[in-house]
Amino acid sequence: MQNPSGNLDVSVWRGNGAGGGYSAYLVPVRENQTILDVVTWIQHRLETTLSYRFACRVGMCGSCAMMVNGKPRWTCRTHVQRVIDGNSLKIAPLRNLPVIKDLVCDMAEFFAKWRKAEGHFHPTSTRHEVIAPIPPDDPRRIAASAAIECINCAVCYAACDVVALNLDYLGPAALNRAWTLINDQRDGARAARLAAVSGDSGCFNCHSQQSCAVFCPNELNPTESIAGLKRAAAAAALGGEI
Amino acid sequence: MVKPHRNHPLWFAYMAHRISGLLLAVFLPAHFYVLGLALNHAAELDGFLRWTEYPVVRLAEIGLVFLLAVHCFGGLRLLALELLPWSPRQKTHAAVATALSFLVSTGFALSVV
Amino acid sequence: MLGVRLYLAQRISALILAPLVLGHLAVMIYATRDGLSASEILSRTQGSLFWGLSYGLFVAAVAVHAAIGLRVIVAEHVRLPGVALDAFTWSVGGVLLAMGARAVAAVVL
Repeated sequence: MQNPSGNLDVSVWRGNGAGGGYSAYLVPVRENQTILDVVTWIQHRLETTLSYRFACRVGMCGSCAMMVNGKPRWTCRTHVQRVIDGNSLKIAPLRNLPVIKDLVCDMAEFFAKWRKAEGHFHPTSTRHEVIAPIPPDDPRRIAASAAIECINCAVCYAACDVVALNLDYLGPAALNRAWTLINDQRDGARAARLAAVSGDSGCFNCHSQQSCAVFCPNELNPTESIAGLKRAAAAAALGGEI
Repeated sequence: MVKPHRNHPLWFAYMAHRISGLLLAVFLPAHFYVLGLALNHAAELDGFLRWTEYPVVRLAEIGLVFLLAVHCFGGLRLLALELLPWSPRQKTHAAVATALSFLVSTGFALSVV
Repeated sequence: MLGVRLYLAQRISALILAPLVLGHLAVMIYATRDGLSASEILSRTQGSLFWGLSYGLFVAAVAVHAAIGLRVIVAEHVRLPGVALDAFTWSVGGVLLAMGARAVAAVVL
């Protein structure tokens, strides 16, 4: 097999919350090269002041999410040859989140919205009670399991245009998490959670663009979860519960 | 140029629904005004209706029917998405809504040409 | 900016509009086959309770639906305080209802 040759034209966004721009770098082409390899090569050889995040580098942690040629992706799981535009790459920090420095964004509001959506479990029993028997073919368990693999990487949040236009919108990840808990029959905060997701910044703002589903690296579908929340919240409102 | 993260069928379906709704909302007052002429100004209404013989007006009418069909069938797609159990065939639904819109507006075009 | 009440109003008006719009499309295809004139329309609609009620319902539903639809578009592109947004929504709904009611009266009475 012939060794690939030549260089990639890589534009990397540099700057901080006050502003910034793209800097150009030439990176040698390698076989089986990922975007994370490219960013790491730049930081090691060309620009030691470049800031970026990664951890597991094997597609499990979601830390390395960035905008690659305009699309939010896990850079450790994105092969250069799959996304290259001619010979060029454009790498930027995730959209819809404030930038700390270069390719590092501030995830604080993303996590805050997770809490605002009551995206956390409220227990109803203690170790002294019998363990809740939940059959695996229970439809609610199936619905929860389908959405539960979210690792909060914020790719869906970056892809969503409603998040971009409505600064208070809770976003696909937080609402998806809320949906898994609505379907968890051990949880004790159903009414509070439905109220949390049906407010002015809640699930009814979703326009079903489904960019979240297109880009989720875990192949989850927040739009499907949000549709479920819409049904549950609307039914609760019509029934006078919220 | 469409931003890369928007370059997929269901985003275009969303945008088609939004634009068709916006244009219909802008058209509606004009439509109501012209119809309202029937009250005491039947002759004026007839005058307006005679404009429809011009090809460019005919084309605009066909366009409006297309917008109404797009918004209606797209809306039914959304109601299905939100009210019925989730279907994995979302893109197919969008394609069917588009096809029906073309069918209806072609039907209208054939009846006015 | 869409809470549950506005959402329900939007979706319920949509459910009402769907059959009315399909009917309207069918009527237009049928009515325009041999050209359009005021007398042709009015001869069918004047004095008709059926047309009055169906297009009356159509106007009411579309006033709600369009007002909320435009509200969402405006809210996503212009930073407006809640009061201004509400005023915009009610105005759009009110204008469409008034003009639409006049149009229905014009062809039915």
